[in-house]
Amino acid sequence: MSDTHAQSVAYVRETAIPPAPPPANETGVIKWLRENMFGSVANAIMTILALWAIYAVLSVVLPWVVNGVWDADSIRDCREKLGDQVGACFAVVKERWPQLVFGNYPSEHYGRAIIAFVLLFVALAPILFFELPRKMLWFTGLYPFLAYWLIWGGTLWTPVVALMGVVFAFFAYRLIANRSFFGALIVGLVALLVFWLLFVAPLSNLFAAIVPLRLETVQSREIGGFMINFILGTTCISLSLPLGIALALGRRSNLPIIKTICVLFIEFIRGVPLITLLFVASVMLAYFLPPGANFDLIIRVIIMITLFASAYIAEAIRGGLAALPSGQYEAGDSLGLDYWQQMRLIILPQALKISIPSIVNIAIGLFKDTTLVSIISMFDVLGMIGGPILSSTEWFGVYWELYAFAGVMFFVFCYGISQYSQYLERKLATDHR
Amino acid sequence: MKKTVLIGALALAGVTAGGAAAATLDDVKARGHLNCGISTGLVGFASQDAQGEWQGFDVAVCRAVAAAIFGDPTAVEFSPVTNKVRFEVLNSGEIDMLSRNTTWTYSRDVDLKLEFAGVNYYDGQGFLVPKELSVTSAKELDGATVCIQSGTTTELNLADFFRVNNISYTPVPIATAAEAQQQYLAGACDVYTTDASGLAATRAAFEDPSAHVILPEIISKEPLGPLVRHGDNEWGDIVRWSLNALIAAEELGVTSANVEELSAGTSNPEINRLLGSEGNLGEMIGLENDWAKNIIMAGGNYGEIFERYIGENTPIGLARGLNAQWTNGGLLYSPPFR
Repeated sequence: MSDTHAQSVAYVRETAIPPAPPPANETGVIKWLRENMFGSVANAIMTILALWAIYAVLSVVLPWVVNGVWDADSIRDCREKLGDQVGACFAVVKERWPQLVFGNYPSEHYGRAIIAFVLLFVALAPILFFELPRKMLWFTGLYPFLAYWLIWGGTLWTPVVALMGVVFAFFAYRLIANRSFFGALIVGLVALLVFWLLFVAPLSNLFAAIVPLRLETVQSREIGGFMINFILGTTCISLSLPLGIALALGRRSNLPIIKTICVLFIEFIRGVPLITLLFVASVMLAYFLPPGANFDLIIRVIIMITLFASAYIAEAIRGGLAALPSGQYEAGDSLGLDYWQQMRLIILPQALKISIPSIVNIAIGLFKDTTLVSIISMFDVLGMIGGPILSSTEWFGVYWELYAFAGVMFFVFCYGISQYSQYLERKLATDHR
Repeated sequence: MKKTVLIGALALAGVTAGGAAAATLDDVKARGHLNCGISTGLVGFASQDAQGEWQGFDVAVCRAVAAAIFGDPTAVEFSPVTNKVRFEVLNSGEIDMLSRNTTWTYSRDVDLKLEFAGVNYYDGQGFLVPKELSVTSAKELDGATVCIQSGTTTELNLADFFRVNNISYTPVPIATAAEAQQQYLAGACDVYTTDASGLAATRAAFEDPSAHVILPEIISKEPLGPLVRHGDNEWGDIVRWSLNALIAAEELGVTSANVEELSAGTSNPEINRLLGSEGNLGEMIGLENDWAKNIIMAGGNYGEIFERYIGENTPIGLARGLNAQWTNGGLLYSPPFR
């Protein structure tokens, strides 16, 4: 020790102070509150306002939900049971549950619809989650035909023959696939259409005459409720994706005719509200079709919504394509890949990944837009509520309960889709930022 | 050569189109059921029970026509249609008839090429206001906001009424009666106007009906009835006389309870002709001779249907009023079955 510190050494501590807990307002709940809730005067005011708002909402909503009546015959019965209390009349949801979910689907066939619904998730699983065995994709391919048969009924031979058409088209595609991917695709599609138009009806009738294998037929008009939102949503989204990709590629094509057709189509569809297209499907088409030609309303609506969604998806994917650096295209060229190989192996996977948020946006929007069909007197879940249920003498006047219920149903599914898309984005995050 | 093919195709299209328009009855019989357009939901007139069965006053007309044709009131496919598309759907041939609280007006009859088969409910447009507004006459409604269903005759009547009385209003367009009720209760409009039957139904569903008054003015005539397309008079006759059979049966005292007994033959020749035990009225119209009997068996006469769906003992609680038989001071008057 040097002399310099000789006088001060008496004041120097020889042992370390034992660690003390931080001051009370720098720890735990208080710290968190101080930092996050009352960091400044403005934050404090916002916090108090927000708490007050939450209280105001909950003080109305909670008693309404908690006091809810679940067993009653009619709204008058509900009101009697509630007396002076504020409360919801959930009895209507309970009594009309099958109608809300299935519409006028015959109750003895609910089982079929439920099986189709459950199998939908089995079919979707291998597409949504890459970890699952790839063999499951076989079932995904079969599912549309199976679901059609389960929901609409009729003879099993119709979907089977339709499936044979797909196999036939596949062989047509394979025949040319080596020479030109695009040509093969076109040939395959044409073969499919020709087969379906010419052979499905006669062949399935022929087979059905030998071995019936029938489920009881359900008319399209009987399908309703949340079921129809789901059918329209899933079918239209899955159909509009490939169509959207084709349109996006077409729009960027160097061939003027293809490009013009795609641009015209996209701009026309995007320039018209969906509701207009639905009116065309429901009302106008009947004028153009020969009398007696019974073109199923659901199919008409599916076609219209699919066209609508594909135009938007095409633009989303075009954004993805445009966002790719030109080096990616040049990389493809330098490898000697042709246009379709380049697209399939290099460009589209990246472009699609970039467009995931917009595609999911469109998918969620589309799912919600399916409620618009209630305007053209199809009884989807909202049509069912606004029409037959609210106008029955028992339930005339119930309002919030039903719409809240529909809101919850849509929230569950739309939130699910959005969560999945975030999972997908995290999973595909290859940019290593 | 090409021209001939084109003309041939056109002619063929014309023939098929003409054929389809002409013989609706044959189409319906071949199909095995009637396609009937109804409201997507109107309390008392068309609604679904928990089993999904359509029922109501307008629905009963569809069932009556089905019973007349097939002897089976369930041989109907109901197509619920909205205000906006109802005439297009009928004209395009998707439905055979429309029974949907539709007002018989000149332009609909003449210009839209529709044919009204009669009147099954005489209505008139009225106003519903909260009592606390202390309004006693519709003429005091200057500056009011009015909830009104778009695409209906009520909309036009309202404009006429306010113009005649030189007062102003702000319309709040709504789509369905249920929505109107909600908007009105939420205070989005001071006044709700629609046909008086609808007002009564709406008020009956309120938690406190006594807090709302229906103003005394009825500002329009709203004869509501079923309708068919122009150009197939035989089909129009079937709908028209099915409705008349309902009305005549009440006048003659034929009910669902005694129709079986009366159809064996009575001392009243008109009942005998109506129920087919005498004469050949059914044959004339292209149906079985007991067609009217089937109608009454299916749902009862006009009075019974009225009481079941909208009468004073239902929650809707409508008095017969104008819809009483002409013998009781109302307007219901069926031409004779002779």
